[in-house]
Amino acid sequence: MVPIGHYIFLSVALLAIGIVGIVTRRNVIIILMSIELILNAVNINLVAFSRLVGSVEGQIFAIFIITDAAAEAAVGLGIIIAFFRNRETVLADEMDILKW
Amino acid sequence: MLDQGVFYFFAALAILSAILVVTRRNAVQSAIFLVTALLATAGIFLNLNAEFLFIVQVILYAGGIMVLFVFVIMLVNLDVALHQVQFNRQWFVALIVSAVLAAQVAAAIAVSRRTLYTVPAAPAESLEPNTERVAFYLFHNYMLPFEIASILLLVAMVGAVVMAKKRV
Repeated sequence: MVPIGHYIFLSVALLAIGIVGIVTRRNVIIILMSIELILNAVNINLVAFSRLVGSVEGQIFAIFIITDAAAEAAVGLGIIIAFFRNRETVLADEMDILKW
Repeated sequence: MLDQGVFYFFAALAILSAILVVTRRNAVQSAIFLVTALLATAGIFLNLNAEFLFIVQVILYAGGIMVLFVFVIMLVNLDVALHQVQFNRQWFVALIVSAVLAAQVAAAIAVSRRTLYTVPAAPAESLEPNTERVAFYLFHNYMLPFEIASILLLVAMVGAVVMAKKRV
């Protein structure tokens, strides 16, 4: 098995890329994609430690995280469609109805 | 040896396509590279003897969620957005966040470097047969979270339908 630190490094790299995507992009759909990247990074960590310990429970948590990701993607994309219908934009910094 | 080569290949592929996801101008290209990143993650799962999770990742993530993303990209007219500025002016915030994250990771590595690498890896047979073990834990030890997850999916489904409906 590859040393566990390399899996953690991969996970942290994906997490950092996802955070950069969330903070710097304007397109809401790409922000949602960055969230998917972050959830994936967590899954890699869980499965790697599950392999290290020799117990399958980490994979169970990964399954729950995938469930969450599916629910979050469905609701988030629904919100994007509803918002686009009202305001004709997908840019995050133009979503400022609550701002004054 | 082959094991390690496979891991490094998929890890490099995942990081490369993740970088492309957040830097491409066109959202469709981002979606395609996200599929590549997710499939590379699936390969890492297979390398870690998590066969069931590998299949779930391919079918549910690369198959289901990404189709949803591409559908919404097609529904939402992006021709206008394509010619606008794609990055906002928050590089300072991004820099601070990245610095904090790097400091945290460096601290965690410094603390755990002694102990982390001395833990011997369990034999690969301890995860076999994978699907049976996952099913046992899922329906035995984690029964209640499983049911709660089903309710969450129901709520998400109803919520998505209500959100995307023309008139509520």
